[in-house]
Amino acid sequence: MAAHTPAPAAPRARGRRLGSTVAGLLVLGVMLFPLYWMLNTALQPESGLLQVDPVPGSLDLSGFSKAVSDQGGHLLTSLVVSLGAVAICLAVSAPAAYGLARFGLRGTRTIVFGTLITQMVPGIVIANALYNSYVDLGLVNSYFGLMLADASLGIPFSIVLMRAFMVSVPGEVVEAAQIDGAGPVRTFVRVVLPMSRNALITSGLFAFLFSWSDFMFALTLNTTDDVKPITLGIYQYIGAHVGDWGSVMAASVLSAVPAAILLVLAQKYIAAGITGGSVK
Amino acid sequence: MTTSTVTAAAKAPGKAAAPDPARLRRRRRLAQWGFVAPAVVFMLLFFGYPLVRNVVMSFQHYTPKTFFTSEAPFNGTDNWSAVLQDALFGKALWHTLVFTAGSLLGQFCIGLALAVFFSRRFPLNGVLRSLILLPWLVPMVVSGIVWRRILDQDTGVLNTFLGVIGLGGDTPWLTSPDVALLSVILVNIWIGIPFNMVILYGGLQEIPRELYEAASLDGASAWRTFRSVTLPMLRPVITVVLVLGFMSTVKILDLILALTDGGPADATQTLGTLTYQNSFVQLDFGAGAVVGNVLILISAAFAVFYLRANRTDGK
Repeated sequence: MAAHTPAPAAPRARGRRLGSTVAGLLVLGVMLFPLYWMLNTALQPESGLLQVDPVPGSLDLSGFSKAVSDQGGHLLTSLVVSLGAVAICLAVSAPAAYGLARFGLRGTRTIVFGTLITQMVPGIVIANALYNSYVDLGLVNSYFGLMLADASLGIPFSIVLMRAFMVSVPGEVVEAAQIDGAGPVRTFVRVVLPMSRNALITSGLFAFLFSWSDFMFALTLNTTDDVKPITLGIYQYIGAHVGDWGSVMAASVLSAVPAAILLVLAQKYIAAGITGGSVK
Repeated sequence: MTTSTVTAAAKAPGKAAAPDPARLRRRRRLAQWGFVAPAVVFMLLFFGYPLVRNVVMSFQHYTPKTFFTSEAPFNGTDNWSAVLQDALFGKALWHTLVFTAGSLLGQFCIGLALAVFFSRRFPLNGVLRSLILLPWLVPMVVSGIVWRRILDQDTGVLNTFLGVIGLGGDTPWLTSPDVALLSVILVNIWIGIPFNMVILYGGLQEIPRELYEAASLDGASAWRTFRSVTLPMLRPVITVVLVLGFMSTVKILDLILALTDGGPADATQTLGTLTYQNSFVQLDFGAGAVVGNVLILISAAFAVFYLRANRTDGK
């Protein structure tokens, strides 16, 4: 609220602003400390069950090399599954968002409402029923089965987000394309999708993050080691390597890297996604 | 919806030599439904069907054998009475409520304080604000494991730190039934702060500045301005944050499994973990479905509350 008071004497205001920056850095330090500690522990793999030094004395990357050899495959699995889930999610939700934004179909309101309702279905309830169907369909322990389940995490979110965006695509643009003789599919692919680029990127990003973070479907829809994403890999790692925190933390660092990269490269979209996803 | 689409599509390929308008219109409708139908089918399969199936499953008798014989005979209300009479269910229900309420309260208050703080203008504001999101973006199970290391009684950094500054230093954060639930709540508060902060910050930016100018002309104190201008103007956003927070917190599973696995002595067992234990550890999917249905009922009650709050806010 201090920002709203009209500027008093300039030096005092500047002092207060710098004070706020210092306070902000402190807040950030506290909030990010656990992540720092994860990195710090990962760089001191020898300390095992002992206490960890506040800063790594020397860079010991053996935890990381062990993590890569033990968990590298699971990281790759996560990447494949997440990219597949993003593809399914966008392929299903982008046309739906457009249809719900534009066509005025009977039942649009019901469908949008249903999309919102899906948010309250607990994941474990879905897993409970899904596992049984997956057994019958032979989808347990399959990449495709996990991709489908993970796509379900992003689809309602993406529909809501993209629909909100596509409602504001000017009708004239769409009509102009139709006068040029483009059918609905062509109009959608050539005109609407390029114009909705930002919404598509945001949705895709979140679909990726949801899928990358998924633990529950990974845990429940796989009974063998064939399809094991990194979240499940790390979880089982601590079960088996309680004394080897260095490697566990190194694997954790690696699993957090995509989130960090996305945050730095696409923070605009991330912020848009968090707020956009809440305007329901 | 799908059946009518299929039959209509089968009729459609008639030669359109002289298309009559009614038929053209119908064909256009059909093409339009083609855009929406896959998503509807997907959501019916992945959300609608599990809801129905869980209700049915809660009246069926599942055993580990079921997966070989695929026989799960109906057993009336046996699952329900068994689960509801089990003392663990009451405990899990209570833990769920405490966990959810405690998490929401902490996340919201700290998130709001940070949102107000970041509404000031100062150098590096934007960078700090986006970096604070990181805890929310890291997979929850990973956060849980990191905190498990930090909270370790003998070698964790939290106890080391508390020992150095002279505030004890041997709290069994995750291994004592008295403290474990509190620890899990504290970690979840840490995870939820960024989400609350970002949405509340967005809400704060929407409040017209004239209101603050008017308040300061009236000589209102900062606290008075906050209570009489900020909070009322923020109410719709606050509702959204709390309801979304409730929906995602009440069903949390990965964090608790990573931190405590529901222990020690079931001290952190919630409805979510209990569903998991019943179904995927005991392989009693009927009992799991019962707990899951209770979880849905709680969410649904809250959803009704949300929709009603939304409707009044819209006006």
